[in-house]
Amino acid sequence: MIKAEWFYWLVGAVFLAMAAQMAVDRSNPKRLGSAAFWGLLGGCFFYSSWVVEKKAPAEPLGVAVLAMVCLGGFQLTGRGVPNTTTPEQRTATAARLGSKLFVPALTIPLVAVVCASAVKHWHIGGEPVLEEGSETILGLGFGAIAGLLVAMVVVRERRPSVPLHAGRSLLESMGWALLLPQLLAVLGSIFQVAGVGTQVGKITEQLLPDGQKYIAVAVYCVGMALFTIIMGNAFAAFPVMTAAIGWPVLIQQMHGDPPVVLAVGMLAGFCGTLVTPMAANFNLVPAALLELKDQYGPIKAQIPTAGALLVCNIAIISLFAF
Amino acid sequence: MIVLLGVLVVILGFATRRNPLLVVGVAGIATGLLAKLSPQEILAAFGDGFASSRSVTIFVITLPVIGLLERNGLQEQARTLIGRLGKLTTGRFLALYLALRQLTAALGLTSIGGPAQSVRPMVAPMAEGAAERRHGPLPERVRERVRSYSASADTVGLFFGEDCFLAIGSILLITGFVNTTYHTHLEPLQLALWAIPTAVCAFLIHGFRLLRLDRSLDHDLAAPGGRSAAEGSRTAEEAK
Repeated sequence: MIKAEWFYWLVGAVFLAMAAQMAVDRSNPKRLGSAAFWGLLGGCFFYSSWVVEKKAPAEPLGVAVLAMVCLGGFQLTGRGVPNTTTPEQRTATAARLGSKLFVPALTIPLVAVVCASAVKHWHIGGEPVLEEGSETILGLGFGAIAGLLVAMVVVRERRPSVPLHAGRSLLESMGWALLLPQLLAVLGSIFQVAGVGTQVGKITEQLLPDGQKYIAVAVYCVGMALFTIIMGNAFAAFPVMTAAIGWPVLIQQMHGDPPVVLAVGMLAGFCGTLVTPMAANFNLVPAALLELKDQYGPIKAQIPTAGALLVCNIAIISLFAF
Repeated sequence: MIVLLGVLVVILGFATRRNPLLVVGVAGIATGLLAKLSPQEILAAFGDGFASSRSVTIFVITLPVIGLLERNGLQEQARTLIGRLGKLTTGRFLALYLALRQLTAALGLTSIGGPAQSVRPMVAPMAEGAAERRHGPLPERVRERVRSYSASADTVGLFFGEDCFLAIGSILLITGFVNTTYHTHLEPLQLALWAIPTAVCAFLIHGFRLLRLDRSLDHDLAAPGGRSAAEGSRTAEEAK
């Protein structure tokens, strides 16, 4: 059986290899900070395996996470000068390869979907080929490996160091922001341990008339949107609102269908992302890139859509979840 | 009740534009202390949370493929492909881009578009070009609106396309959070399927609004002067 942890080790190894490249990249003014950040991240991917199996204490991992927060938060990471092709070279290869360039990129989702739907049911000697419950993650891993092989054939590249360098440039351009979604998930679980969701749930229970499921759906969706507007990120709002209303009220008390409630609830949060300047990378960065005088221009263009979609999301849960 | 102060830390932190990593880190520690966890328990919560949310970050494994393809002209090829659609009106072009962006995002190709990769170099100039072809030089206010709508087509397309792809961060976050917290078993595929109705609504609503942009541009620029400028530029273009 192929285990999800093996794939996490592969991701960790990629981080460690890229960190080693960064440590010797003299074009990066903060190469040691960058190498430390990504090296720690890679190491944490390995150590986490033992934490998940309860064979090692979680506290050292917490220390490492806070160290990464400090490295990223105090701007101790940087990026080197990417060693890449010129625009003229790219135009030439694009003209030569044409739409074949899309094939490797499309291989990744294709393999992922096949693993999650077909390979999932394969067994060898009574044991499933892919670890149960991790078919999607493993599918993405196989998709990425297959996509890389196809890409190397399509562009006739033999050196494995070239894609590793190219991937590292993308990693450096994303920088510490890459850790943020995972950290927001961590914050969500701390909120959960601390009982933030329960508190919000108690407040809503006092305000919510008993058994009014359509009102409860509306409160969940509007709450997701509002929390997202405040926090700038639906990922941070999701654990709070789900612990407050989504799970206890809509799913346990009113027997809503979990995939509908949770998937559409997250999308209700995305309606909030469309209208908040807190989601700077989606709303303020485009305004700056397009040299707009009104930095809220994109938000203004998105407000009516966001409002209408929020109503649609409430209707979708109301119609299909019960 | 007092643990809700942790949420306040997040609000204040983001409102005062502190570094998001620090905001989230401090809010986590503060919430833990307010809930009377010991320092060890807080560190363990950070560690356990990190270990069980690793799936959010595994998309990194696709970066070498995308990087290698970009080195070899992936964006240039996308530009060529979109360039073939150049003879459309602003609204129709943006609606078409919305559809393309949603479909590619639903296949997991979220980094094909984006404000820096596609909106600034391709989408906004083409949307403006289409408006200019019809109406002549655009007043500043109209130009800003066309650009804002270009950015919105990209963002709406990304948000309500990507969740139909099962290995995207938000889907994995939902399964990761729910499966660990409530000891249940949700499949990413089920969640991705239930993202489709909203994706369809998003396309219909925003697509309709983008098409209506044409009419409002016609209306705004049809005022005397606007029309003649349009005629002028059209003949000028034909003269070339």
